[in-house]
Amino acid sequence: MTTSTSLVYLIALPLFSAGLLLLLGRIADKWGHIFATLVSASVFVIGVMEFFAMQGREGEARAATQKVFEWISVGTFQVDASLLLDQLSICFVLLISGVGTLIHIYSIAYMSHDRDRRRFFAYLNLFIAAMLLLVLGDSYLNLYVGWEGVGLASYLLIGFWNQKPAYATAAKKAFVANRVGDVGLSLAIMIAFTQFGTVTFAGVKEGASGASAGALTAIGAMLLLAAAGKSAQFPLQSWLGDAMAGPTPVSALIHAATMVTAGVYLITRSNFIFDASPTAQLMVVIVGAITLLFGALIGTAKDDIKKALAASTMSQIGYMILATGLGPVGYAFAIMHLITHGFFKAGMFLGAGSVMHGMNDEVNMRRYGAIRKVMPITAATFGLGYLAILGVPPFAGFYSKDKIIETAFYAGGVEGILLGGATLFGAGITAFYMTRVMVLTFAGTKRWDENAHPHESPFLMWAPMAVLAVGSVTSGFLLNSGNALVNWLEPVVNESHEHHSEHFLPPLAISAMALFVVAIGVAFAILKYRSVPVVAPENVTGFTKAARKDLYQDSFNEAVFMRPGQKLTAGLVSTDYKVIDGLVRMVGWVIQISASSIRNIQSGYVRSYALIMVLGVLALVAAVWMVTL
Amino acid sequence: MSILTSLQLLPLIGALVVGILPASNAKLVKQVALGFSLLVTLVSIVMAISFDSGNSALQFTEVRTWISAFNINYAVGIDGMALVLILMTTILVPIVFLAGWNESENGRWNVKVFYILLLILETMMIGVFAATDVFLFYVIFEAMLLPVYFLIGGYGSGDRAAAAMKFLLYSLFGGLLMLAAVIGLYIISTNQGGATFDIARLSELTIDSATQNWLFLGFFIAFAIKAPLWPFHTWLPTAAKSATAGTSTLLLGVLDKVGTYGMIRFCMSFFPDATKTMTPAIITLAVISILYGAFLAIGQKDINSLIAFTSISHFGFITLGIFALTSQSLTGAIFYMVNHGFSTAALFLTAGWMIKRRGSTQIADFGGLQRVAPVLAWSFFLAGMSALALPGLSSFVSEFLVLVGSYAKYPVAAILGTLGIILAALYVLLAVQRALHGETPATSAGISDLNLREKIAIAPVIAVLVLLGFYPKPALEVINPTTKTVMINAGVSDPVAKVAK
Amino acid sequence: MDIANYIYLSALLFTIGAIGVVVRRNAIVVFMCIELMLNAANLAFVTFSRVHGNLSGQVASFFTMVVAACEVVVGLAIIVTIYRSRRSASVDDASLLKR
Repeated sequence: MTTSTSLVYLIALPLFSAGLLLLLGRIADKWGHIFATLVSASVFVIGVMEFFAMQGREGEARAATQKVFEWISVGTFQVDASLLLDQLSICFVLLISGVGTLIHIYSIAYMSHDRDRRRFFAYLNLFIAAMLLLVLGDSYLNLYVGWEGVGLASYLLIGFWNQKPAYATAAKKAFVANRVGDVGLSLAIMIAFTQFGTVTFAGVKEGASGASAGALTAIGAMLLLAAAGKSAQFPLQSWLGDAMAGPTPVSALIHAATMVTAGVYLITRSNFIFDASPTAQLMVVIVGAITLLFGALIGTAKDDIKKALAASTMSQIGYMILATGLGPVGYAFAIMHLITHGFFKAGMFLGAGSVMHGMNDEVNMRRYGAIRKVMPITAATFGLGYLAILGVPPFAGFYSKDKIIETAFYAGGVEGILLGGATLFGAGITAFYMTRVMVLTFAGTKRWDENAHPHESPFLMWAPMAVLAVGSVTSGFLLNSGNALVNWLEPVVNESHEHHSEHFLPPLAISAMALFVVAIGVAFAILKYRSVPVVAPENVTGFTKAARKDLYQDSFNEAVFMRPGQKLTAGLVSTDYKVIDGLVRMVGWVIQISASSIRNIQSGYVRSYALIMVLGVLALVAAVWMVTL
Repeated sequence: MSILTSLQLLPLIGALVVGILPASNAKLVKQVALGFSLLVTLVSIVMAISFDSGNSALQFTEVRTWISAFNINYAVGIDGMALVLILMTTILVPIVFLAGWNESENGRWNVKVFYILLLILETMMIGVFAATDVFLFYVIFEAMLLPVYFLIGGYGSGDRAAAAMKFLLYSLFGGLLMLAAVIGLYIISTNQGGATFDIARLSELTIDSATQNWLFLGFFIAFAIKAPLWPFHTWLPTAAKSATAGTSTLLLGVLDKVGTYGMIRFCMSFFPDATKTMTPAIITLAVISILYGAFLAIGQKDINSLIAFTSISHFGFITLGIFALTSQSLTGAIFYMVNHGFSTAALFLTAGWMIKRRGSTQIADFGGLQRVAPVLAWSFFLAGMSALALPGLSSFVSEFLVLVGSYAKYPVAAILGTLGIILAALYVLLAVQRALHGETPATSAGISDLNLREKIAIAPVIAVLVLLGFYPKPALEVINPTTKTVMINAGVSDPVAKVAK
Repeated sequence: MDIANYIYLSALLFTIGAIGVVVRRNAIVVFMCIELMLNAANLAFVTFSRVHGNLSGQVASFFTMVVAACEVVVGLAIIVTIYRSRRSASVDDASLLKR
């Protein structure tokens, strides 16, 4: 371990910038966006420098730590604000600050007409700070601070245009769904502390070997719940589609490239827990497999371009989660897919934003068509991302997704066939819905609104898209050449160099199968969408109807949690008034009633008072008499 | 004379000075009152600086004979817990003055009376945490009700007389139970050689467990009403609905803390056996409070009663932390008392400004405030974030400590309590969405943003929330010795981690 | 003569007085009944003085007489005032305390 003194700037700079821009208010309107972009860029530069510094160190010394200050110290509960930059976190630092900076640049143009552009950039910087804290914290509690911090930034950005009630509701929904996941993370930390007496990654890793299977499974399950909340995995995925209410750069950065992949980071970071608990691993692969199919199926029916991409994100993260559940071999491939996905999905989201920018914020793909002619650069960059997500060689997705499919098949036995089949089927559907997006948007005939006058976006917007497109093309090859990423991550995830040669399917056969499935998906989509009605047809199959409604997850949540919850609340409110406060008021009432009946004795007639006195004396005498007897 | 005595005398002198000022000059009255309260803040900060956090004994002690026939003394002294609570009090009072600069003007009596009541209340709030004589504590505990009664009944809104009466009678009822228990303790001490009301000597008594249970209940019910714990809570929303924002702040932020403070100071140290017997029942009540308060908060339409119910939920967390009795949960609970004071202050003060500007307490009547009054909206939002214990704000540190500490001994209670954080997100965000987001209705269009005075009032509260969230060490260092002492007195030690390092 | 007879007489007089106070409405009669009760007490005092052979009881009866005299002065004054304002000497008409 190397001691570093510069890690804290990665977080402090954007945090300071966010605070400054928010506190200064309108004074900073003129230069706020440029300042925030420069801060983000400088974070990227620091990240790159750290990366090269790391390469200069060997073995154990590669990872660097920095203790910033003593945070909480109560009894044996000792948590420092400490940062850890190792081979895993540097991947994220570069992805977050790199893609983040590109999206800052894009947003300068995209948000140029918004009166609150400065506030938007402040939120973006806040997000960068929180996300970097999430990946740099050296303990689960530090991670938790970043974890909720990105939740807050996501809430603020989804609800950026919160004057629209639906957007404000979407923001709230995202925050609450995330909080459900946060409960999982809190509980995982509590169990970890009770078991190991520490919450640092190093301490938990050390203790994990001696813990009982039950405890490890409990921690694993809770971590999975946390990951499901943040990464929009089944059954907490329903917020992601609504989160598209945020400005498109936000969807690209937070809800595609970085924040939603935090769950993958969490599970990879906790590899020592999952490796020791096969039950937890099984849960992870099941959740991943369900989500990857769930998301892909939803994606086939969405007409809103952003929601189609969001469903795709959900599905792709399902691939990553599934990979992390496959044990030591899977982690590196999950991270590889995460990075390549960061490039091509962010690129496609920015492309979608570019199209919307030119089409008066129209999101319905049925009103697009033939846009490649007016937006050639957007179409080209989007197209490269499309090829990447399909997994066409030699684009990025080919290297990362094929590895996951391969690893899934190699899980062995029935599990291997089921998982491999699911990932393969998912790849086919992915090809279908992505081709659908391409065809509806860029090919075919114009179905534009009368007022739409699409035009190519300005340089500040297409340049980031171009950079991301380059990444979509090359990143897979680069990360995979000589097993670069796998070897790089080896010290963190303990990948054992086992050979898969004994398996019944050679890798080449799997790649061929994947390409074949993809080809079918593409062909099917092209055939189906030769002509596109402007209004979505009503006479569709039940399956399409279900997919349009996100496979009824929202309806389920409403019926099972929301409405009973509302009834419970209303019931409790009236019980509180009628029963509990009622009892209190009854005490007062009883005293009033009894007082007014006793008052009748006070007739005001002297003789009745005299009579009472006489009776009282008699009673007294009688009492004395009885006692003396 | 101990600095604690001067700290109590200062606001009293302030009240006298305000009393001789001409009632016609309201501005002067306010300025003098604010000046005195700031002086108190200053003295308390001096006291905090000279406080030795390494020393777990009582500090700045002073003992003077009061009623010698019963061996009743004016005895004061503070440990870390009392210090942080007194500091919270003395910081909140000038903020309340500044924030509610004009709230004294629609009262039954004139402006002078309002400030005299508040300054007297400040003396008592300091005294109640400083008292080390049970009788002195009891007297202040009861006497504190009177200024609050007049503040609610005289300067509140709505059905203020009824709310004040409900508050007074409910609290008096609890106080009487405590009086009986105090007398019981005194008699036991007389029988065991040496009549005394001194807290330290009373904790050394040997009491049989049946008696302990009864006396414990006498104290505990009084504190549970004060704190308030389910099902003794119904006076709180009524009072919060009618009281002015400043009064609510002091009532929930400071006065209610006397309840949880008393649980630690009296219930636990006098009756260790009874504490053990009662703990399961109390933890159940605490968990019910957490969830019940949160559900009720979700269902509220009135913004003040919403804040009151969030507090009931938070007091559930504090009580859970106290009775789980591990060093994390107890330190967390004490720290929570401080954080809840500031967090509630932020909520009540910002809500008060919103109500004053809009002329309604119904959440549904607001909407779109973020467009017209961004600073006010941000203040309310941050206060709400603090109520839902967002990491980075101080309430997170305390809430997490309570939960992590409780989990080791009462996992089911901790898990149920953790579910409360989802409900917290709901009640805060629902209110935020209804009040701040959406289109600005025409009725809210003319709402002005915070003025300089209001900004100065809210800034320190938010600064404390953020600073203690990032760097809670100074507070935790002061609180830790108290926790240790309480745990040693109770004969409890922390559970050991299952897998040794 | 048996000493008990005096006590019986005293008790009888007291009872008559007490019943008179309770059942009669005319203020004067009520007043006289009170006097009767006081004198019944006096009789008892004197009797006990005789029994014990000291003067304490007789002294007490003098006190009673003084008190009775004072009471007559104040009481009659009140009755006269009430009669003047209400044209009635019935105690039931003077029930101002009720409301």
